[in-house]
Amino acid sequence: MSTTNPPLPEFDIDPRAFRTLADAQMGVELDTGDMILNLGPQHPATHGTLRLVVRLDGERVIAADPVIGYMHRGYEKLVEFRTYPQITTLINRIDWLSSFANEVPFIDAAEKLMGVEAPPRAQYIRTILTELSRISTFVLFLGEMGLQVGALTPAFYGFRDREHVVNLIEAVTGGRFHPNFNRVGGLKDDLPWGWVNETRTVLKKIYDACDTFEDLVAGNEIFHARTKGVGIIPPEIGAAYGVSGSNLRASGVDWDLRRDGAPYLVYPDLDFKVWTHPDGDSFARYWVRLQETRESCRMVLQLLDALPSGPIMAKVPRIIKVPEGEVWTEVENPLGQMGYYVFSKGATGPFRVKIRSASFSNVSILPWLLRGVFVPDVITILASLYFILGDIDR
Amino acid sequence: MTSALSFAVDIGWGTTLAIKTLVILMIVPATALILGYTFLLKMMSHMQSRLGPMDPGGFHGWFQLVGDGMKFMQKEDIMPAEADRRVFAMAPMVVVVSTFLIFLVIPAGPDIVVKNLNVGVFYALAVSSLSVIGVLMAGWASANKFSLLGALRAAAQLIAYELPLLLAIVGVVIQASTMNLQGIVGAQSAGSIFGFDGLGNPYILTQFVGFALFMVAAQAELTQTPFDMPVAESELVAGYMVEYSGFRFLFFFIGEFGTAFAFAAIAATIFLGGWALPASWGLSVGLMRFVGPAVLFAKIMFVAFLMFWVRFTYPRLREDQLQALAWKVLIPIGLLNIVATAVLKVAM
Repeated sequence: MSTTNPPLPEFDIDPRAFRTLADAQMGVELDTGDMILNLGPQHPATHGTLRLVVRLDGERVIAADPVIGYMHRGYEKLVEFRTYPQITTLINRIDWLSSFANEVPFIDAAEKLMGVEAPPRAQYIRTILTELSRISTFVLFLGEMGLQVGALTPAFYGFRDREHVVNLIEAVTGGRFHPNFNRVGGLKDDLPWGWVNETRTVLKKIYDACDTFEDLVAGNEIFHARTKGVGIIPPEIGAAYGVSGSNLRASGVDWDLRRDGAPYLVYPDLDFKVWTHPDGDSFARYWVRLQETRESCRMVLQLLDALPSGPIMAKVPRIIKVPEGEVWTEVENPLGQMGYYVFSKGATGPFRVKIRSASFSNVSILPWLLRGVFVPDVITILASLYFILGDIDR
Repeated sequence: MTSALSFAVDIGWGTTLAIKTLVILMIVPATALILGYTFLLKMMSHMQSRLGPMDPGGFHGWFQLVGDGMKFMQKEDIMPAEADRRVFAMAPMVVVVSTFLIFLVIPAGPDIVVKNLNVGVFYALAVSSLSVIGVLMAGWASANKFSLLGALRAAAQLIAYELPLLLAIVGVVIQASTMNLQGIVGAQSAGSIFGFDGLGNPYILTQFVGFALFMVAAQAELTQTPFDMPVAESELVAGYMVEYSGFRFLFFFIGEFGTAFAFAAIAATIFLGGWALPASWGLSVGLMRFVGPAVLFAKIMFVAFLMFWVRFTYPRLREDQLQALAWKVLIPIGLLNIVATAVLKVAM
């Protein structure tokens, strides 16, 4: 048996290549191997069935890949087989925390195609309920975010205070989560007796709740340590990924469809401020939503003061047939930009509907955002982006 | 034996041992239940406006704990197919045993102590860190990535916080000149503050830095909320406990709350004067046999209240921030405290 190695073949080679090769060899020998962790589809932080495949080196995330579709219900297909009044009951299950806000843009699209306009009182009540559902979503977020960074108590406060708003919505619509209250051309019912005063009381409570959250969560040093500088979305990257709503406003982009989009409902008549934060980190997203909750309370108070009297239904035929045409409506939903592209061929139902939901685009930035963060930061970022699974998968 | 209240009867060491063993075996689940009921069910529910735990049983939800216990008994004992079965089964017991061992040296009266060790303080801290072995066993044997992450976090955390815990106590040991817990209690009871002996000299007054350090480090050792990364329910679901169900989970629960009680007892003993009332009050030894445990219990509940108050209020730190806090803040402060105590001890 020969003890010498066979001679190397004669060829010209850059000596630096050998060094790189040796490094690579060392890398292979010392590599402990990455761990692939499945966060979800059943994981408390993904509030729903988002699956996040995370490649970990110790506690550091090397790569993250969101896998969606575990909750796909095929709404875009289902609505093709239903009439316009039937569709609201489906689409209010897209973002189930602010279902009323989902109905508005679709009904808006149908009304635009038919050339019908809802009477002013109906428009006002729609705006009030949209803002109330925004409040209920955000109050839940303000508590939920605390839970995700480890403080149990704020979560219960969030649920407790949201309950007041949900009760209000129930008093008007009869449904706590899925109101199905919009009709083409107006609303199903008028406001119940005494509701306006009740709403004023509740808004005061929400104001107090916001102060509590500002002290208990946003003012906590550990919360600062956990959220400041974590998950920074630069404005141009956020816009490139289609991030919208409070998430984009927290990156300093002053863009709100209620003010900047095509006018809808009574937002053009309202006086409100669009809150932005320059940092773009998780704390900024929390802070912006906190301010927007207060702003929504102010808006509802304005609306209640200016609430006109009159009918709540426009004159529409008994069987709703929408003339041929196509229309795109987009609105500022609690989670961000939500749009419906409705294509009608003149039947009782739409020929094709494309739903643009906010969370789908908001989570598409995750692979970019999660690279290099720690496992706890993954949860902070997921919580601060605030998505609803139904809004991702539809 | 002049006091009417003392009834020292010689019952032989065998019977004594049996009684002591029984008491220790009873005390850990009992204390876990007391803390679980008082703080987890009552205080936490009150702080969080939860109505559920007020309902079962009618009066103030007294039945809730019984119901929880029955739930654990009914649960199926699930063991993952990939698990290392023997280690998996042993892990909860290791955790609970470490809790049992702490209680051996904690005095509850002039002679109510299982073993009056000369190095009682350090023994208590040494055995308390045995639980990390159980935690590592649980995390590794579960064959679950979340468990593994949780267990490794727990190991790193318990090692890091063992030091500040010890450094916090060294100040007390220097001041009392003994490591014996009875000796420390006696020194506090007999001490005086600038010649005023009406309150004794509880070391929280002189060792307030040590007390603060001890509370922070104990919170980390117990993996309670600002430092609960090993169980972090929103990230790792339940960390090393994620695969445990039923009775095995109950063991972890008992271990957790029993250890919380034990740490509160250590803090009450070395910083708040333990079972003793100030010597100047002149209570007889015989009376203290009965009053002592009650006094200790009251102090323990006070310390435990502080612990759980923090637990239910604060968010969780991140793993790297936790390590930075231990090595960059707590340990230097602990060392400075020792230097200051030593200098003052020699100077005064």
